[in-house]
Amino acid sequence: MSLIDYTIAQLQTQLRSGKISAAELCDAYLARIASVDGEINAYLTVAAESARAAALAADRDLAGGHVRPLTGIPLALKDIFVTKGIRTTCASKILTDYIPPYDGTAVQRLYDSGAVLLGKLNMDEFAMGSSNENSAFGAVRNPWNRDYVTGGSSGGSAACVAARTALASLGTDTGGSIRQPAAHCGVVGLKPTYGRVSRYGVIAYASSLDQVGPLTRDVRDCAILAQAIAGYDPLDSTSVNAPVPDYLASLEKGVKGLRIGLPREYFGAGLDPEVKSALEGAQRVLAGLGAEFVEISLPHTEYAVACYYLIATAEASSNLARYDGIRFGLRVDEGEGLNALYCRSRAAGFGAEVKRRIMLGTYALSAGYYDAYYLKAQKARTLIRQDIIAALDQVDLLLAPVAPTPAFRLGEKTADPLQMYLSDIFTIPVNLAGTCALSLPCGFSAGGLPIGMQFIGRPFAEASLLQAAYAYEQATEWHQRQAIL
Amino acid sequence: MSSKYEVVIGLEVHVQLQTQTKIFCGCSTRFGSEPNTQTCPVCLGLPGALPVLNEKVVEFAIMAGLATNCTIAERSIFARKNYFYPDLPKGYQISQFEEPICVGGWLDIETETGSKRLGITRIHMEEDAGKLLHGEGAASGRDSYVDLNRACTPLLEVVSEPDMRSADEAIAYLKQLRQIVIYLGVSDGNLEEGSFRCDANVSIRPWGQPEYGTRAEIKNINSFRFIKQAIEYEVERQSELIEDGGRVVQETRLYDAESGTTRSMRGKEEAHDYRYFPDPDLVPIEISRARVEEVRAALPELPLAKLERFVSELGLPVRDAEILIAEQEIARYFDACVVAGAQPKAAANWILGDLSRNLNNAGISITACKVTPALLVGMLQRIDDNTISGKQAKVVFEKMWESGTEADTIIDSEGLRQVSDSGAIEGFVTAIIAANPAQVADYKSGNEKIFGFFVGQVMKASKGQANPATVNELLKKKLAE
Repeated sequence: MSLIDYTIAQLQTQLRSGKISAAELCDAYLARIASVDGEINAYLTVAAESARAAALAADRDLAGGHVRPLTGIPLALKDIFVTKGIRTTCASKILTDYIPPYDGTAVQRLYDSGAVLLGKLNMDEFAMGSSNENSAFGAVRNPWNRDYVTGGSSGGSAACVAARTALASLGTDTGGSIRQPAAHCGVVGLKPTYGRVSRYGVIAYASSLDQVGPLTRDVRDCAILAQAIAGYDPLDSTSVNAPVPDYLASLEKGVKGLRIGLPREYFGAGLDPEVKSALEGAQRVLAGLGAEFVEISLPHTEYAVACYYLIATAEASSNLARYDGIRFGLRVDEGEGLNALYCRSRAAGFGAEVKRRIMLGTYALSAGYYDAYYLKAQKARTLIRQDIIAALDQVDLLLAPVAPTPAFRLGEKTADPLQMYLSDIFTIPVNLAGTCALSLPCGFSAGGLPIGMQFIGRPFAEASLLQAAYAYEQATEWHQRQAIL
Repeated sequence: MSSKYEVVIGLEVHVQLQTQTKIFCGCSTRFGSEPNTQTCPVCLGLPGALPVLNEKVVEFAIMAGLATNCTIAERSIFARKNYFYPDLPKGYQISQFEEPICVGGWLDIETETGSKRLGITRIHMEEDAGKLLHGEGAASGRDSYVDLNRACTPLLEVVSEPDMRSADEAIAYLKQLRQIVIYLGVSDGNLEEGSFRCDANVSIRPWGQPEYGTRAEIKNINSFRFIKQAIEYEVERQSELIEDGGRVVQETRLYDAESGTTRSMRGKEEAHDYRYFPDPDLVPIEISRARVEEVRAALPELPLAKLERFVSELGLPVRDAEILIAEQEIARYFDACVVAGAQPKAAANWILGDLSRNLNNAGISITACKVTPALLVGMLQRIDDNTISGKQAKVVFEKMWESGTEADTIIDSEGLRQVSDSGAIEGFVTAIIAANPAQVADYKSGNEKIFGFFVGQVMKASKGQANPATVNELLKKKLAE
């Protein structure tokens, strides 16, 4: 077994017993990155030097018995997390050379848990995209088939786990940006409840929807990482001051007697037959483990995509105003005055999709249009949330597909933004509802591409998601398949 | 000419709050530090930074709302006001729009025709922007620099109804509002440093017309004198415009203190669409009735209540009381004197007379002078018990002003003790009458004005130490003999 094949849970034991050193583990990953990332393009920045230093420090800690949950564990971060002293681009030209002066809370918590940061990961620019083709630094390629997309926006975060160029990673999920690439890359991705993980130090796309979560090789690792980053943060007013349960303690409790809802609207026309059949297979496995299934309805689902693309873009249009070329980031100044400086810097710095969303959002908030667009979208959001919360009053969890199809070909949807937006149809409602969901592998297409499913839980019921996902994972072998690189 | 028109004025006042730290981060709010030394990721608007509300700002807003008779909203929210400017790091200002913290208050002002109630539409919390410094660098004159020390400092914006009908009413409102925020301790009210900034919405309409005229918003007025000048100029400008057959256009105008005029800054077409929407980074502010009552109970005595007390309880003339309350420190000083046992009118006379004159001459505040309330009261007691005369007291006061020494010590060391012993004074009186027979005859023939001459002579003979009352009494008696 190669060093890069171990999970976090296995390595915790190996590192503590001294059978593996953090330094050799780190070197193994850096070597793996050097040998295969050229094909994948998951990394935007490899922090080799600081990673080695951190690994050596981890070995000293291990030798001294000062062991924390993630001591010596090599992880990578979506380039949306600001990292002190390490370039943070958000995959945008406007931040190409930006080096933040501080660490965000989730990052700080990983460091505090002893993790070793390998580098920063590719993504759709400012997290706007569903295929990772909107990066200013090139698309990420799917480790299972390099002609296919990884999904987005946390494409690098999913690809590095599948390609074993990191043990695990953090991503962010605003409309499915953790779950959808996790599904397309055959890894586990958790989108925690809004407020569960601090957003401090996460570059904002849509503040009322953005949420940080882990992408891992299996469910146990997901629980370990979630445990490390979850919890109240006084620096984020929207983080929730509620105790974080012990996710590992309930992991093995099984699904016997669990009532699982199947939302009718998620299984209709438009769902790829292979995805549909994979979900049916999963349902049989879970039923065999003692779960009960109930068909439920989420009647406002059809409004979710439109609602999302008004709210998210409205917030984004404001959140991205700070990239003005004045204090940091790209500045294009040809001496034509202030307005020209703004226009030229932003025109040169932002990519087409970012510009499209800034314009959409600006329009939705404009005088005379606010009520018809932004305000109406907020009302729709309330209805969509009520649908999900009401359904979860009747059942313990919902089971649904993550994406209507497996990963599509690179370039297949870039000419048609609307088609691209519709690929988020099953993930967006969870963000609008502010609740949690977990994506995990449940099969493969005939073409050998992974298929994912998601459990959707009540607010702050991440433990239930992990518990159900773990039971399913133990009963199946999808997570043991590896992309050949 | 302007008498054909009624003037309508509404005011928007920005009050900078004197909290220790900024409204959404922990940086200091100190004025006058080196540029950009009081900044952090939050107030610099760096990627990933998030605002966290300073609870002190909410408390100050509630205090200001209660002091201006507003209703405190049980729930209010922050909104983003979006516009680009180099002094605005995030590209939006966090303010309040649809649900402000205070609504529907008023202030009563005194006018020539009696008391008048002026409505306050709302008070909301917001963050200030930074400052731009133009062409001050070594590089070239066209460079501009941004100082973000002031960015994110807390402001209250107090918006009045268009209830004022003259510049004088506007000034009375502003002075009272300023006095209130200073009394509350929520702001230093310093106009020059920009802690109290005013924009005026001015329009005119023919008398009797119910609809408002088109208004101009005048910005950049930073003294009470300028406010009067700006409003009066604007009324004149609008009147002339209408008289000449033109129309007032809705616009923002900048006041120029040099010329005393206003000039157009941007028209309605160029007005920003601020695209306000609720700030998703902040949660709604919920304020319980209990909290409001708690703040209300802890409010200090406000200027008008003080005025009322000084007049009705302490028996001061309204004019004296008004001057005393104009500055909170002076009102506090006066209160301290009364508490220490001073007769209110006597204390007021000294504070408004000799003490104020000396303070003005020295250019210092009452809290910085050596004559503490205790010292002043000590002196007043020596006047009361006839140890010194009023005239001697002036000498004592000057010594006290210089040295901060107690009155009794000064009286002893200067030998200023007043002579009230009738025997000694009678000696002076008899001698003066004997020495001035011509004047005595004059007085006796009916020239009472000459009485002062005798008083002066006796005081001179006693080296100013004779008790004037006794002198008067004895002189009258002796001259009548």
